[in-house]
Amino acid sequence: MSATANAKMRTAQKGKIRQFITPEGVDLELKIASSGLRFGALIVDLGILLAIMILFSLFLDWIDAAASRDLIEMIWLLGFFVLRTFWFIGFELGQRAATPGKRLMGIRVVARDGGRLTADAVVARNLIRELELFLPLMMLGFGASEDAVSGWTAFAGVAWSLTLSLFLLFNKDRMRMGDLIAGTWVVMAQRSKLDHDIAAEAEAAGPMAFSEAELSVYGIFELQELERVLRIRDARAMREVADTIRAKIGRPVAEEDDVFLLSYYRQLKARLERKLLFGKRREDKYASD
Amino acid sequence: MIPDLLVAAALDAPAFSTGRFRAEREADWIAFDALLTRLEKRGAKGLSSEELLQLPVLYRATLSSLSIARATSLDKALLDHLEALSMRGYFLIYGVRQSRFDRMARFFTRDWPLAVQAVWKETLIIAAIIILGAITSWSLVSSQPDWYYSFVDEGMAGGRDPRATAAYLQSTIGHGKAAASEDEGALHVFATFLFTHNSQVSILSFALGFAFGIPTMMLEFYQGISLGAMVAVFTGKGLGYDFGGWLFIHGTTELFAAALSGAAGLRIGAAVVFPGARSRLQAASDAGRTAGKVMVGVIIMLLVAGLLEGFGRQLITDTVMRYGIGTVMLLLWLGYYYIPRRSTAT
Repeated sequence: MSATANAKMRTAQKGKIRQFITPEGVDLELKIASSGLRFGALIVDLGILLAIMILFSLFLDWIDAAASRDLIEMIWLLGFFVLRTFWFIGFELGQRAATPGKRLMGIRVVARDGGRLTADAVVARNLIRELELFLPLMMLGFGASEDAVSGWTAFAGVAWSLTLSLFLLFNKDRMRMGDLIAGTWVVMAQRSKLDHDIAAEAEAAGPMAFSEAELSVYGIFELQELERVLRIRDARAMREVADTIRAKIGRPVAEEDDVFLLSYYRQLKARLERKLLFGKRREDKYASD
Repeated sequence: MIPDLLVAAALDAPAFSTGRFRAEREADWIAFDALLTRLEKRGAKGLSSEELLQLPVLYRATLSSLSIARATSLDKALLDHLEALSMRGYFLIYGVRQSRFDRMARFFTRDWPLAVQAVWKETLIIAAIIILGAITSWSLVSSQPDWYYSFVDEGMAGGRDPRATAAYLQSTIGHGKAAASEDEGALHVFATFLFTHNSQVSILSFALGFAFGIPTMMLEFYQGISLGAMVAVFTGKGLGYDFGGWLFIHGTTELFAAALSGAAGLRIGAAVVFPGARSRLQAASDAGRTAGKVMVGVIIMLLVAGLLEGFGRQLITDTVMRYGIGTVMLLLWLGYYYIPRRSTAT
């Protein structure tokens, strides 16, 4: 990866971060969820809805013999209406403000102004979903059923309604029509477990000193990549990384890969953190030391 | 938990180090994580009162750890964990201030009627549009019955068109001999279908509001048109009074709900076109929240209308009674929404 590509990636990541200051004055730095994740969450939710509807229909069909036909038909109609309208609203009003699909993708709904997510906002954003999802389908059905409407008219209708449905692709906050009107955002809410401190482990791994020159070749980006490799602990990846570092700083293969990488990680981290305390943040190896 | 040996080693290290920082604070993060997990699973009831008191303390400790870690630590896993933990904590602690029951009670006593009050101008406009549509189609169909077919969908009309005999028309509104033979069950199903259909139309007329409110007004005009056409068919056969009763019993609730859904949509459209001093985005989201409250109310009203239509209308066949119930419902809604109440009791 070149210096410019690296810088480009960082600005792209920064573009997704929104300031979100808590009353305590700490910026939570929320990240806007990507359109792919949003779409994935929607597909999961619709899949679950479809499965429930099929099971519900089969169940009603099964008890059909006992009860009257009309009652069942009424329950069916009402059940579908309630499920379709309140699935999203019900889940987003819960503690985690996310439907099962959103939970799976690690995203959630938040109010844009930093206040609490109110019921009316959730209702507004989800009733608009009705329009975004079903208008294109309706237009399509309309075009297919009515002979009077020409193909081009139907096409124009579908195209018009699609610009509404795909509204989230056209703004950088990835707000769909409903988010815009309800004043909400969908942001990343991934959980991450508190992993052990690998720098502390390295202390026990034994002394292996690196010189200042050997440590000055890398920056924070490389340090964190090294951390990732060390946490995954894949032997082949570690061998590759260890060989790259050895070649770069000109050391012979003398120690086990993990011992070498751990102590290099620890000393590099200590050095960069010391510099950080003095106000010098070296983003990657291309930045000046 | 980390072994004591490591903690001791970290605490022995000279001056400030991120290892030492972590060793000192880690217990707090783990405790906070455990409390949050229980809070998410079982709500506030899952925690004892001591734990509830601990919650904000641990939350602030975690936020301060995050600030320090951002400024001093390069451990990605640690930073990610603290960020995720702080965010979860923030939304749980500031997210819900009331129990679900309190929120429900508040919605019915204050939020719903106040939101409806707030859109009174839009409601009048939409009501005027519906009435205009009804008058238009009524005068057209009265003078030239053929117009009916271009206004009303065959499936929705169910045979109630200008070709039908007076006796048949009478049977569809629950009078005369034919009414008795009619399949009661099918009517319930039809009522349920009408409820879901009407709800969907209302949701659509609300959702279309952001397009400057124009599609909303068209949709409401169309609703007025089919109403007027239906009225014209019945008055043409001299059944106007009976039909009025048949319509009135649930129609006051249903048409009111339709007007409110249109008003909610129009509110959003108006906010987008005329945002005033606010930014367009801000105006749209303010209007959206008011409209969202109105829409929950609209769905409840339509449910009531569906019940009146499905059961009330089948059980009560006396036209005067029907007018009476319709009027009472209308007065109830009007009183509930528009009787002034104190607006600053938060």
